[in-house]
Order: sequence, then C-alpha cells, then structure tokens
Amino acid sequence: MLSAAELWKKIHIFMIRAGHVSFSALMSSHIMTNAQPPLPSEARTAPPGGPEWSLDVHDTTMVLYVGGNWNSRSDDIPVFDTEHLNGGTPCKSCVIDTQALGRWDSGFISFLWDVKQKVAAAQLELDDSALPPAARNLLSLLPQKAVEVAADYKKPLPFFEKVGDKTLQTLEETGTLTDLGIQTVKGTLQALRGKSRMRVKDLATDIWNAGPSALLIVGIVNFLIGAILAFVGLIELRRFAAEIYVANLVGIACAREISAIMTAIIMAGRTGGAYAARISTMQANEEIDALQVFGIPVSTYILLPSILSLSVMMPVLYVYGTLIAILGGFVVSMTMMSTSAIGYWVTTINGVSLHEFVFGFVKAFFFAGYIGLTSCRVGLKAGRSAADVGIAATRAVVIGIVGIIAMDAVFAVIAKVLDF
Amino acid sequence: MTHDETLISVRDLKIAFGPKLIQQNISFDLRRGSIFAVMGGSGCGKSTLLKSMIGLLRPASGQILLGGEDYWAQNEQRRTELNHRFGVLFQSGALWSSMTIGENVALPMEMFTSFSADMIHRLVKLKLGLVGMEHAINLMPSEISGGMRKRAGLARAIALDPDILFFDEPSAGLDPITSARLDELILTLRDGLGATIVIVSHELPSLFKLADDGIFLDAQAREPIAHGAPRALRDHNTNPTVVSFMNRAADLSSAPQTRG
Repeated sequence: MLSAAELWKKIHIFMIRAGHVSFSALMSSHIMTNAQPPLPSEARTAPPGGPEWSLDVHDTTMVLYVGGNWNSRSDDIPVFDTEHLNGGTPCKSCVIDTQALGRWDSGFISFLWDVKQKVAAAQLELDDSALPPAARNLLSLLPQKAVEVAADYKKPLPFFEKVGDKTLQTLEETGTLTDLGIQTVKGTLQALRGKSRMRVKDLATDIWNAGPSALLIVGIVNFLIGAILAFVGLIELRRFAAEIYVANLVGIACAREISAIMTAIIMAGRTGGAYAARISTMQANEEIDALQVFGIPVSTYILLPSILSLSVMMPVLYVYGTLIAILGGFVVSMTMMSTSAIGYWVTTINGVSLHEFVFGFVKAFFFAGYIGLTSCRVGLKAGRSAADVGIAATRAVVIGIVGIIAMDAVFAVIAKVLDF
Repeated sequence: MTHDETLISVRDLKIAFGPKLIQQNISFDLRRGSIFAVMGGSGCGKSTLLKSMIGLLRPASGQILLGGEDYWAQNEQRRTELNHRFGVLFQSGALWSSMTIGENVALPMEMFTSFSADMIHRLVKLKLGLVGMEHAINLMPSEISGGMRKRAGLARAIALDPDILFFDEPSAGLDPITSARLDELILTLRDGLGATIVIVSHELPSLFKLADDGIFLDAQAREPIAHGAPRALRDHNTNPTVVSFMNRAADLSSAPQTRG
C-alpha cells in the first residue's frame, strides 16, 4: 500500500502563481484575444489568473500541468525550472496536461519551447498531444536544441596589428585616390578633345548644383565672416588710430585665406556629402555594378562630371565669396567709423594686390579637386545598406574638411618658401 | 475557427496616383482565417492595393472597413492603433539596416508594449525560432542572404501577434525549395497564430497551394476581372486573361489550346 500510495502521490515540485495581469494601454485589445483559437470547453471554465505550472511524477511518466492565462503582456511568463530534470530522473516521458489552461499567446509558446529543449536534453519523450492544435503547430516549428549564438565574434586587433593595418589602408587609399585622379585628368583631356563619353547633361546638372545653387549659402557665410573680421579689427585698430587699415585686414585675410577655406568647407559639406550619399546609394542599388557590367567606366560616367564641375565652379565661388566678404567688412566699417565709402574702397584696392587673389584662386581649384575625389572615393567604397550611406556621407565631410585645413597649411609653407 | 466572419471589407475602392488611375471598382471581403490572394500581371497595381490596405497610400475613393470601422476615415492616431493588428512582410524584407536581426524584431515590442527587457528577449528568440532564424539574432541584415532576410522580416511581422498578415511577393527572388518551405511556414503560422493572410503574388505554385480566396486585377481594364480561389479560377474561369495567367500561356489567343 505504501508503494502504491507513493506511486500515486503527487510530488509537488514547483509552483508559480502569477500576479494580476496588467494590460498596456498602448496595445489594442484585440491582440490579447485574436491570436488564440477557440479554446476547448473545459479551458473556458478555467479560473482567471496568471500562468502556473507544476511537475508531477507518476511512475515513469512525468506530468507537466499548465494552467491559468498565459499572457506575455503580464510579464510573469515563468521560466521552466530545469534542476528536477537533471537529477537522474527515472521517467521516460513527459506528458503535458492542459486541463486548466486559459487564454494563451506567444508567451506560452516561449515557455513550451523551454520545456521542449530541456525535456529533450534530459532524453525524455515529450507528449504534447493534449496541447491546443495551434500551439502544437507552432511548437513543431521550433527546434529541440537551440543553436548556440556566438555573442561577439569581432575580436579587437592587437595594437601593432591595428597600426600596421591602418598604415597599409592609408597607403592603399592614397594609391587608389591618385589612380582616380589620373583617370579624371585623362578623362578631362579626352573631353577637351571631344572624345569623352561623359554625358554633357550630367556635367550641366552637376555644374548647376555645385555653382549657382550654392551662391546663397556661400554669400551669407562670407558676408558674415567679412563683417565679423571688420568688427573685431575696428575695435583693436581704433586703439592705434589705424581704423582705415581694416580695409586691408579684411581684404587680404579673405582673399588669401578665409574665403577660400570657408567656401571649400561649405562645399565639402554641401556637395561632397551629396556626392558620397548619391554614389553609395547607387552602390546599394547595384547601379554601379550595372555600369561595370556594361563596361561604362565609373570614372567618366560619375567621377568626371562631379570633379570637373566642382573644380570649375569653386574658384568662381571663391572670387564671389571674397567680394561678398569685403562687402560685409565695408558695411560694418561704414556704420562704425567715419571714413568715406570711396576712401574705404580705394584703401582696399591699393592694399589687396592681385596675387592674393591668384593664390586663393589656385587653392580653391585644388581644394575642389580634393573634395570631389575624396567624396566620390568614399561613396564608391561604401557598403550596401542605408546605414552605410549615412556613414559614407559623414566620412566624406570629415575627410574633406580635415584635408582642406591640412592642404591650406601646406600651401602656406609653399607660399612662404616661394615668397609669394 | 469560423470562416464566415468578415475581417476586412473593401468597398468600391479606387486607387490612383494623382490623375493616373491604377485600379477601380475593387470590392471584396476578407474572411477570418482565410488566405486571400491578390493576383494579376506585373504593373497591374497589386502592390499598390496592398499599400492602401496597410495605410501607406490613401485611396482616391471607396472604403476599407476594418471590423465595421472605415479605416481611411480615422485620424492618424487611430490608424496607427489599427495598424498594430497588421503584420507586413515587405518584398525584400525591409529590415532596418543599422540594427541586428534581433533588434529588428525587438523594436516594435519595445515601442508598443510594456514588456520587460527579459520578456522581449525571450519573445524575440521565440519569433526567430519559429522562422528558423534564432542563430542569426546578433547578425546584421547585410550579413545574411535574401531568403534569410525574408524569414527575418516574417519574424518581425509577427512580433506583435498581429491577426492580419500581409505578404508582398513572399517567394519573389527565392529558389523553389526555399520558396516551398516559406509556403509551409506561412501555412503553419496561419494555423498556429490564427491569423488571416493577404498575399500579393504571381507565383502560381504558391498561389495554388496557399490561397483559398482571391481577386484578379487586370492592368488593361484597370479593375478586377475575377474573384475566387486561384485553383477555382484555374479550373473554371473562362476569361482569356485569367486563363492564360493561370496556365502560364504566353499568347492570349493560344491559351485554350495550351490547356489541353
């Protein structure tokens, strides 16, 4: 009798009782109810309550009782406790009993998958015939053994490898950029001889985008720069009664350095970023691949109009920017000092020699070439997703701006050596 | 599962891009638990009809009744609430490229439920497990193949346990085996989730296997020319366009001969 009593004694191993089900106001209520197929009649009478489960052992059969409402919104979906399966259980199979099961959704399936995996790991047979057919269907899709996911396989490289890697990359990039530059120059020469396969329409569009449509922003920024220079200059020079030299200060600073740099930075952000974004999107849409398959050289089709239009328009924009900056200085000076307008212009014309403009003009041309080349290269190198387009645009602007400042320093040294 | 209950009623729908008419006189009922096929040749406006059903394109006129509510007469907030009943699988998956597969599935739950992070993680694993993609949880969309992207898109579509699933060309670009497996998966998920499915496709084997109701849109007539299950249309419809479509005949006039 004792053994029989033992045999049928339910060993209550584990019981979880959930708290009240809380519904999120954001969710429309249908989701709670629609996913469940009509429940068996006995389930409908199940008392409302949170999810609960317990394991009983009957001889060689383990019975898993599941009951209550399994609603993932309530956040109390229990975890299937595994300890009792590990202790060398004499059971051979595990039967799921769903007599007290109420409503259920994905949370229940998630729990059942836990059960399926752990029961399989303990080498028991799972009898899920009592489950609602819908739940059985879903459970049958899930594997017995979940694949181990490698958390993060991207190991950081050691320091020296990183440095070496970066050095090699930089060298390679320099080579590629030079190659692209040479191709562009060749393309330009061909275009001059009328043999280029560049589409004139593309060139016209790019020239419009890199020139006239940038007039407003280049004008505003340079006007303000000139005004600020004049304002600061006036305050300092007034102490030496040398206010009139503000005209020289604004003229020389803008013609030689500031307008060229500011215009280049504006164009790096405006046009360089646009080139990188456009080309990397073309990359993502396989448009570049299509060009290559047709044998249409990327250099003449995309790079040439882009770089050419920037190189042609930027020096013009620079001259325009310088004149606007001088105008900005003039406006501020007229409101703050008592020189005549004609006096200011005469001082400017006498103070700023033509070679300052030539220096700025040449710089603007090289800046343009640099921006065009690097932004196109960044676009061509980009990955193929939307995120990569963003990265490419950012990178093009950063490389453009840093490069312009660095190039300007080199130009300053060259000018000093040549005494220009 | 009752198959008579109407979930969505489309009444005299007319869709157009500005003055350009795409389709008109579209009327049909979507019954709960059914798999409804939107059929037709390329460029007939199948995907456009789908767009107006999921709230991306306002129809020029007509109604889409969702449980008696006129979908397009609601304000945007209410439409968003209704949209939570929809799960959409886009043509190429449309996974957000800056997130891992797991984060893609988790985002709707993070935005629209109050689940704990732990629960979300469990559900993400579950949804990916259902489509056989749990190993890819930490991968980026760019690191997986087109078929896997589609399955991951399916996992994201069922993230909020929707009761209506929309599939835009589910088997386009997939090999026959993967495509057949996806069909199986769609059927099992329909039975498991109790969902109703709208499928836009011109893949005949998939249509015959899956759909039990449907509508055939014609590009020339700019309106539906047949209603019914694809199998029934194949066997009983006499409209030459439908006949040649269902039998993959190249020439309309030769269609009757090729059937024999």
